[in-house]
Amino acid sequence: MTAIQPPLTEPEVDALEVGTTATKASKGRSRIPWRFLGGRAAFYLFTLWAAITINFFLPRLMKGDAVSAYLARNRNVTPEAAESLRALLGLDTDKSLLQQYIDYWSHLLRGDLGVSLLHGLRPVTEVVGQALPWTIGLVGFATIVAFTIGTVGGAIIGWRRGSKLDVFIPITTFLNTIPYFWLGMLAIAAFAVNLRWFPIGKAYGVGVKPEWSFEFIGQVIHHGTLPVLTIVVASLGGWMLGMRNMMLTVLDEDYITVAQAKGMPNRRVLWGYAARNAVLPQIQSFALSLGFVVGGTIVMEMVFSYPGIGKLLLDATNAKDYALMQGVFLVITISVLIANVLADIAYAFLDPRTRQTEA
Amino acid sequence: MTDKTPDGRRAANAPETFLLRTATTSKGERAAGFWARLGAAFAMFRNGKSITGLVILAFFVLVAIFADVISPYSPTKINPTERLKPPSPEHWLGTTHIGEDVLSQVIHGTRGVIVVGFLAAAIATVIAITVGVIAGYLTGWKSEALSALTNVFLVIPGIPLIIVVASIFEDPPLWAIAAVLGLIGWAWGARVLRAQTMSLRNRDFVLAARANGEPLRRIILVEMLPNLLALIAASFVGTVTAAILGLTTLAYIGVIPVTAYNWGTILNWASAQGAFQQNQWWWYLPPGLCIALIGVALSLVNFGIDEYVNPRLRSAGERARAMRKKGLDINDAVTAVRTDIATPTDSAATGEKATA
Amino acid sequence: MSDALLTVRDFSVVYDVDPPVAAVKDVTLELRRGEILGLAGESGCGKTTLAYGVQRLLKAPAVITSGSVVFHDASGADIDVNSLDAEQMRRFRWDKVSMVFQGAMNALNPVAPIGRQLEDVFEVHRPAMSRAKRRAEVAELLEIVKVGAARARSFPHELSGGMRQRVMIAMALALRPQLMVMDEPTTALDVLVQREILRQISQLRHEFGFSVIFITHDLPLLLEISDRIAIMREGEIVELDTAERIWTDPQDGYTKTLLSSFPRLTGERGVVVR
Repeated sequence: MTAIQPPLTEPEVDALEVGTTATKASKGRSRIPWRFLGGRAAFYLFTLWAAITINFFLPRLMKGDAVSAYLARNRNVTPEAAESLRALLGLDTDKSLLQQYIDYWSHLLRGDLGVSLLHGLRPVTEVVGQALPWTIGLVGFATIVAFTIGTVGGAIIGWRRGSKLDVFIPITTFLNTIPYFWLGMLAIAAFAVNLRWFPIGKAYGVGVKPEWSFEFIGQVIHHGTLPVLTIVVASLGGWMLGMRNMMLTVLDEDYITVAQAKGMPNRRVLWGYAARNAVLPQIQSFALSLGFVVGGTIVMEMVFSYPGIGKLLLDATNAKDYALMQGVFLVITISVLIANVLADIAYAFLDPRTRQTEA
Repeated sequence: MTDKTPDGRRAANAPETFLLRTATTSKGERAAGFWARLGAAFAMFRNGKSITGLVILAFFVLVAIFADVISPYSPTKINPTERLKPPSPEHWLGTTHIGEDVLSQVIHGTRGVIVVGFLAAAIATVIAITVGVIAGYLTGWKSEALSALTNVFLVIPGIPLIIVVASIFEDPPLWAIAAVLGLIGWAWGARVLRAQTMSLRNRDFVLAARANGEPLRRIILVEMLPNLLALIAASFVGTVTAAILGLTTLAYIGVIPVTAYNWGTILNWASAQGAFQQNQWWWYLPPGLCIALIGVALSLVNFGIDEYVNPRLRSAGERARAMRKKGLDINDAVTAVRTDIATPTDSAATGEKATA
Repeated sequence: MSDALLTVRDFSVVYDVDPPVAAVKDVTLELRRGEILGLAGESGCGKTTLAYGVQRLLKAPAVITSGSVVFHDASGADIDVNSLDAEQMRRFRWDKVSMVFQGAMNALNPVAPIGRQLEDVFEVHRPAMSRAKRRAEVAELLEIVKVGAARARSFPHELSGGMRQRVMIAMALALRPQLMVMDEPTTALDVLVQREILRQISQLRHEFGFSVIFITHDLPLLLEISDRIAIMREGEIVELDTAERIWTDPQDGYTKTLLSSFPRLTGERGVVVR
C-alpha cells in the first residue's frame, strides 16, 4: 500500500552540485588552530609584560634606605654588578621613572638579573639555573602523576555512579584541604624518622657530588620519593573530583546514548567517548591550578630541604637578598607561563573545535 | 518579545507569550519577588552537607570570639617546669619547649585564622563580583580587557608574590595581610562569574528588563545577582579555604610576623624546635588537624552548594543507590526485563498502588 | 522468510519510580518486512519509549514488565529480544536494528572525525575486516547519503545540521540492518532540508529493503511517507491502519482530533476537512 503521493515531482538534483543548507560545506579548514594559539600567545606576552612590570615596581615600594643599607653592607661588589643592582632594585632615583624602566628592561634582555649577595656574589642567573632543574623535576613529575591518577580515577568513579568507589571522593577531598607542608612533615615523621624507609631531606646524600651515574640517580629517586608522594597525595583530590563531575555531565550527552545504541562495548564508550570529552576542561584547569601547585611546592622544598628554587626564595627572603628574590620570582612566573602555554597547545591539539573554520 | 508594545500589552493577533513578571508587574510586587527569589537562592544551604559544614565553621568562629574566656592559660605563659610534656589533665594538648600550653595556643590561633581568612575572602569576593559581573555584562573590548586583567592575576603565581611582598614590608598588620591575600585570590571567582553572567545576559528575563528600560544598576542588582548567588557563595567559600591555607603556609615559613600568630605560627615553632623529628606529636598534630578540619567544613559547604547548582551531582549517586536497592543498575546499557513488577493501572496515577 | 519482521505482543514498559509510571501499556503490533510504519502522537504518549523499548535501549528506572518482542531474522531464525543477555544484545544492536536519532546536534562525538565514528561500527561488529576495506566501506556510505567521501576527516562541528543528519543515516545504514528506527529525524531541520532527507530515506529504503519505524508528532508528514500509521495515546495504540484509511476514514476520536489540529494551507479556513 503506497502512501499518498506528494503533488510536486522534482527533478533529481545532485545536492553537492546545487548546494542546499543540507550540504553547504565549510570552506578553508586549517589543521593548525592559528587563531586560537595566536590569541593565547598574545595573552601570554601581555601577562609576561605585566609580571615583569610588577617585578619592576616591587622593590621601588620599599623604603629606599633599607636597600641602600643592604648594599652598603656589601662592599665587595664589582662596579658593573653594583650598577645592575641599582637598576634592578630601584636605587637609581636620579633618573626618571621611564628611564629606570628602560634600563631595567635592557638589563633583563641581556640576561642580567644582578648578583646574589647570599651566594657569594655569583650572578643570580647562575644560582637560579642550578636550582631550577630540581624544582621542575619535582613539580613536573609529581603533577603529571597526580593528574594522571586523578583523571583516570575520576573517570572510573564517574562511570560507575553510585558504586562503592564513591567513597574515594570524600577521602581525596579531605586530603586536598590539608596544607602541603603539614602533610610533608607528617610524612617525614612517619616514614623517615620512625620507619626509616626514606631519608629526612635533601635531594641526595650529604657530601655526594652530582653526576650522571646510576648511583647518583638512585639517590635522587630515594630522596625524592617522599616529596613527590606528598605532593601527589595532597593534590589528587582536586583532579579526581573535577574529572568525576565532568564525567557525570558528559554521560548525559546524546552521543553516549548513540554509542551504546551502536553496540559499542562499555570500555570503548568509557574511554573513547566519555573520558575523551570530559578531560578537556580538566586540561584547562590544569594550567590554572599550576600556580597553586607551585606555591605548595615552594614550601615543600623548605620542609625537605630540597635544593630547588623554592628553598632559594625562602633563604633569600630571610637574608633579605633582594636581587635573588626578584630573580626567583621572575623565573617562577615565566615557568608557570610556559607550562600554561604547553597546556594550551595540548588543549588545542585535543579539542578539534578550536580549529575554527573561516566560512 | 518582539510582539510586545513598549508598555507590555500584547500586539494584536500575536500568539500569547509567557508574561515575565519583572517586565509588567507593579513595583510592590517586584520588590516582593526579589526577596522571594533571594530567599529561594539561599536554599543552597538547606542540605545535610552544607549544614554540617556550617555547624563546624560556627564552632570555630565561636572559639575565635571567646578565645580569652575558653583557653585555660595565656598562650604565651611560660612555665619552665613543664616543658615538652605530653597531654595531661592540666594540659590537654601538652606543652611546648618553654612550657606554654598548646591548647591555649591553638585556641588563640583560631582568631587570626578566622579573621584573616574571612576578611581576605570578603575583599576578594567583592573585587570578583565587581570585575566578573561587569565584564560578563559588557560586550566588546571592555569585556575582553577585563577578562585579560583577570587572567593575568590568575596566572601569576600567588604564593611567591606574597612572599616577596611580605618580606619587603617589615611588619604588616593583619588587615594588610588579608588585603594582599584578597588581591591574589579574586581572579578565580571573577572568571567563573564572568562566564555565568555572559550566559545570563541573553536570558529572557534580562532581555525583557532591558527592553523595559531598566537602568544597568538595577538589572545587575535585582535581576542577575540572585541568580548568581550560588556561584558567589561557592567562590567565597573556596577563597576562604585558599586564604586560610595561604595564611598558615606563610606563617609557617616565617614570612608573617610572629606577633599575629595563628596555627601556622605554632607549626613554625614546632618545626624549628625539631618537634617532628622528636615525635612530639601533641605539638604538631593539633594545629594541622584544625586546618584540615576547617578545610573539610568549607569543602562540605561547597559540596552542598555544588549539588544545589548542579542537581545531576546530587542525585547521581543517590539515584543510583536507590535503584540498586530495587535491583536495577543505572549503568546498564540494556533495559532490564522484570515480569515481577506489575504494570500500574490508571488508579496508580491517583496514588493508589496497583495490585499484582 | 516470513512476511513479518518484528512481532510485538502485549509489550509494557514501566518507569519504576515512586509512584511507578506506566509508559507503554500492552502494545501489540506486527511490522512487515520492508514497510514504513509511522508512530504518531502527542508528547509523552509513549511512542519514543515504545521504539526504544523494543530495542531495550531504555535506561533504568525503565523496566520491561510484560510481553514479547520477536525479531524474525532474514536468515530464518526467530530472535526473542527480551531474553538476550548483555553481550548478545550488544551484537544484535546496529546489526539487525539500527537507529537514527533526533537532533544530530549532539549525537556525534565532538572530538572524533566522522570517518572514525563510522569506522568503529565496523571495528566492533565486523572485526575480520581489514582497515582498507573499512575505509572503503565508509567512503561508499558517505557517497550514498551524498555527504561525499572527502568529508570523512571532518569533525561534527564543521558540518551543517542537514549534513550531520545524513551522517547519522549513513551510520545507521552501515551494517545493512533489516530495521531502522528513526526518532524525529527531521524535526530540528528546516523544511527544505526535511524534504531532501525524507527523499533520501525513501530512496535508500527502495534500494536496500529495510523496514522503518518513523516516530514523529508531525502527522501530515507520516501521511505522506508511511505505509501504515499507529496512533498512540497515553501508552496505548488507539488506531493502527494504512495511511490512506487513516486519512480518509479515521475510526478513533483521538485520531480525528489529531488530524484536525493541523491547519489547511489552501481552500476553506478552519480545520482539515475531507
